[in-house]
Amino acid sequence: MKQGKIENSEPDTMTATENLSAERTPVISVKNLVKKFGNFVANDHLTFDVFKGEIFGFLGANGAGKTTAMRILCGLSSPTSGELMVSGYDVYKQAELIKRNIGYMSQKFSLYEDMTVAENIRFYAGIYGLSVRQRKEKEQVMLQKLNLESVRDKLIASLPLGWKQKLAFSIALLHDPKIIFLDEPTGGVDPITRRQFWDLIYEAAAEGKTIFVTTHYMDEAEYCSRVSIMVDGRIAALDTPDVLKKQFGADNMNGVFLQLARSATRTD
Amino acid sequence: MDRFLGFVKKEFFHIFRDRRTMIILFGIPIIQLMLFGTVITNEIKDARIAIYDQSKDEMTQEITSKLLSSGYFLLDRNLQTTNDIEAILKKGRVKEVLVFGRDFSRKLKREGKADIQIIADASDPNLAKMLTSYTTGIINDYIFKEMGDLHLPMQVEPEVRMVYNENLQSVYMFVPGIMAMILMLISAMMTSISITREKELGTMEILLVSPLRPVQIILGKVTPYLLLSIINAVLILGIGHFIFGVPIKGSWVLLMGESVLFILMALCLGIMISSLSKTQMVAMFISVIALMLPTILLSGFIFSIENMPLPLQVVSHIIPPRWFIVILRNIMLKGVGMAYVWKETLVLVFMALLFVTIAVKKFKTRLE
Repeated sequence: MKQGKIENSEPDTMTATENLSAERTPVISVKNLVKKFGNFVANDHLTFDVFKGEIFGFLGANGAGKTTAMRILCGLSSPTSGELMVSGYDVYKQAELIKRNIGYMSQKFSLYEDMTVAENIRFYAGIYGLSVRQRKEKEQVMLQKLNLESVRDKLIASLPLGWKQKLAFSIALLHDPKIIFLDEPTGGVDPITRRQFWDLIYEAAAEGKTIFVTTHYMDEAEYCSRVSIMVDGRIAALDTPDVLKKQFGADNMNGVFLQLARSATRTD
Repeated sequence: MDRFLGFVKKEFFHIFRDRRTMIILFGIPIIQLMLFGTVITNEIKDARIAIYDQSKDEMTQEITSKLLSSGYFLLDRNLQTTNDIEAILKKGRVKEVLVFGRDFSRKLKREGKADIQIIADASDPNLAKMLTSYTTGIINDYIFKEMGDLHLPMQVEPEVRMVYNENLQSVYMFVPGIMAMILMLISAMMTSISITREKELGTMEILLVSPLRPVQIILGKVTPYLLLSIINAVLILGIGHFIFGVPIKGSWVLLMGESVLFILMALCLGIMISSLSKTQMVAMFISVIALMLPTILLSGFIFSIENMPLPLQVVSHIIPPRWFIVILRNIMLKGVGMAYVWKETLVLVFMALLFVTIAVKKFKTRLE
């Protein structure tokens, strides 16, 4: 069953990429983003666009500055300089509007372990201002899709990691955000669960959501529509996985990454 | 508003579902009160004494009956010889022996001088101290009343300080002290832990990415603790007043007002601690080392500030509970109004503002 699912997901990538060429509206637009901490330049003139329906892979070794850039895009940190638009809003002036249009999920899954599945859903729906009716509808559909109806009233602490991860992702989508930021979402999860998680990502992308994802797994980089690789606070490469592999004469993304990362001077 | 209520509800889930939190919130205050309360009421209740009365005149009889009717002492037996004294103390049941000298009342009336010897079992030094001071207190009281019109120096017991009252007052000190400590514990420590827990779990980031404003998040986090702290304040005052008979002479409204002010100050402190620490462990550590210990040791709760070495007296000024305890003591025991506690009140207000300013500043730099 699981294998079947994996194969099924391949055409989804195609749809996502086709969408991409059809309408080239950047939903994230970054020009000359600079972020300094004192003398340390974490982000050195980053410039890139992310398009609607794209799965944008944001790669880099530890300390390369990818988390900093992502936090700025999410409004968790403010940039030193540069022009940034997220979902059509200005990062400096319209942070509140951006927040309503983005979802965020980190490696830590961010569910409350001492609350039940339903209570977590209710809480997150509440802080995004969903009405009770909307929330009930979404909850029903979501639990059905994830096959979690039976554990609706179980504490999160009692669920396996993979379930928590899927649930956290679905909760990040609860308020219909246009863009979803995923910060190393598959850390510490087994390969099968990871693969299933990527099915969810494809599905969301196929529905027109834009996915911005950081990862350490190079096989995951292959699933992305486009990949940017950061080295020492700068973007060293940015293109589709296929183009990058050709450009660097590598068999897989791992080869591309190693060639670029080796030139790095910064480490954690 | 709905969002906010949802947030508060979530916070109550965390509190009510964590047994340790519940114990700290409600178990500790009650246990502390019972502990201090019963230690105070029982320690010197029905202590067994023996009396060796060599005079057996009306005055010694009266003193004896005064002592026994005080409720603190129980006559174990009357002794007949000096030898019995050591024997009975050795047995350990009798904690104190009272020896009246010969011709007690005649000597006292004529010479203004009579002999009473109090022999206490000091294997428990605190108890012995209390017993002797209670005894001398009662005797002094009696002699003073009997002989008050005679202008003779009281030479039964040269110390004329009211040891008795002094002890009684320290009894009353415990309720304000426990109150300050518990409110500090719940408000400052529990809030700082609960906020840092969200940081540690990574949920804080999700909250910050959501449309909730940081102010809303913080208010949502502290509101439950504010409510629980107020309940606790009422509980402690209630138990202190109705069960242990600690007087509340001043106005209840002012008392509650000051308590709420102290709680708010402690909440600000908790928020500040949480903005300084990354993990729950650090928050807990700061709370215990920097808050609980000074509250217990330097606030005047257990050791009186006047008796501290000068440097510690200076340090005690920055301990918020010190001011709160003064306020409580003044309102509860002396029954004074705002006119007498405005200075301490201002200090607390100032501290609250200071803490919240530091917290906000820290929070902003973290976001940048």
